[in-house]
Amino acid sequence: MNTALERYHQKIAAAATQDMVLNMGPQHPSTHGVLRLELITDGEIVKEVIPHMGYLHRCFEKHAESLTYQQTIPFTDRMDYLASMNNSHVWVMGVERMLGIDKDIPKRVEYIRVLVCELNRIASHLIAIGTYGIDIGAFTPFLWCFRDREHIMGMLEWASGSRMLYNYIWIGGLFFDLPVGFEERCREFIEYFRPKLAELNELLTDNQIFISRTANVGVLPLDVAINYGCSGPMLRGSGLKWDLRRVDNYSVYPELDFDVPAGTGEMGTKGDCWDRYKVRVDEIEQSVKIIEQCLDRLQKELRRTPDFDPRAKLPRRLAPKAQDYYMRGEGSKGELGFYFITDPTGKSEIPFRVKARGPSFNNLSVLPEISKGIMIADLIAIIGSIDFVLGELDR
Amino acid sequence: MMLDDIKRLLTERFGADVITGEETGGLQPALLIAPERIADVCLELRDNPATYFDFLSCLSGVDYGVTANRFGVVYHLASIPYRTQLTLKISVEHGRDTEDLPSFPTVSNVYRTAEWHEREAYDLVGINFEGNPDLRRILLPDDWEGFPLRKDYKNAEYYKGIKID
Repeated sequence: MNTALERYHQKIAAAATQDMVLNMGPQHPSTHGVLRLELITDGEIVKEVIPHMGYLHRCFEKHAESLTYQQTIPFTDRMDYLASMNNSHVWVMGVERMLGIDKDIPKRVEYIRVLVCELNRIASHLIAIGTYGIDIGAFTPFLWCFRDREHIMGMLEWASGSRMLYNYIWIGGLFFDLPVGFEERCREFIEYFRPKLAELNELLTDNQIFISRTANVGVLPLDVAINYGCSGPMLRGSGLKWDLRRVDNYSVYPELDFDVPAGTGEMGTKGDCWDRYKVRVDEIEQSVKIIEQCLDRLQKELRRTPDFDPRAKLPRRLAPKAQDYYMRGEGSKGELGFYFITDPTGKSEIPFRVKARGPSFNNLSVLPEISKGIMIADLIAIIGSIDFVLGELDR
Repeated sequence: MMLDDIKRLLTERFGADVITGEETGGLQPALLIAPERIADVCLELRDNPATYFDFLSCLSGVDYGVTANRFGVVYHLASIPYRTQLTLKISVEHGRDTEDLPSFPTVSNVYRTAEWHEREAYDLVGINFEGNPDLRRILLPDDWEGFPLRKDYKNAEYYKGIKID
């Protein structure tokens, strides 16, 4: 018998005699998916949080051991299903680097990849912001965010044929070129979206009720964030400008001009829920900036030509030589990593072992640490500000 | 700081037998560390002002195959101030019996994020981590039998008397 399991059972049994053990989830709307939080509470004070996950475990890593690199791309889409493009982008870049073809990818393909990734990042952050509002009790921002996100979903469906799970970015290229008129449609969207973002800021960001619910709540100090492996808006909310798009300079990000927003403690303490929320809002603005630059390039020097084939560089055989490689990239939630061990013979198209490092997994692991001694209502605010996706946590 | 400097730093601090080898063939070089020293090495690399590997990106448990009978753990460290990355590997030859698991020291007291990663490695690959404060299964149910990411894992036919199709 596992001793850690016994210790856990004893803890719950002992708590049940004096404190209250409360199950939040797995079907609680504020847990953003099927996550169960076991709370040991004293009245309304949370003494301890024990997260239980795995309800969405689909054995991604086991599947990847029996599928080729190309066949696994749709599985990576299903990890963080709110930002599928970012997942497949990181996967594809990792395989390309192992094959040594990452320098041969045409510029137009790279810019289209970044364009769709940033569109998807905006969509993901809109969900984070909208659902955060609804957790705190503001219903309107949720509807506004979903309305605007629907435009992005529509555009990406137009490009890839699917609404959420795209299978669009392929190793060596793309599944399709962008449809004719996509760039113009995208510009129309940006023009439409800019004022809506300002409106959203007026409604939620500067809302006094929202600030009182989130400022000084769930403060995550920077050293704790680093030690718990937090990344993305979680880490940047604590005040560190750490963005892998800038640190690793992958794809065409070095050619693009954008800032890395970080939390400043404007409304309360640095690293509180409001800071994490604000980082996401600022990142949407930066993504809009990136998208405009991509569109400029795609409409001028990298314009579509009739003979352009996005699958021209697709390798016929996808067998990297025996090695192992850890590829990391900035997903919408943080550092998304894939650790590949290729087949030891160097002839197979199927990896020997794949490990996926999802940012949500590490971001959630800090929750028990920062939610000791808080009120249950604040716990909801903290969960919302972490913005995890259970598809990625459980894989 | 280059790989050679890190090697020199570690051998000066812990003696020559702490590094059992290195892999420099691939895109990312890796250091093979003596398994019993891994926590000390991580602590030194984290706190030494010359390295500051303060961020554990990823921790993966690996089963190196049925014939190799070797289990290992791979650590991907990152240094935020220096913007460098480092791969550490430990491994041990061990039988495949699910009652007698291969065992390594925990690094969860150096990097708290390792606690959940080690739980995952225990859950899916069947690796024991001595000193991990809460080594329960994390993704699978507590009463699951076997370790699915092992290469000789056979799919369960029944779970609690219910046939799995």
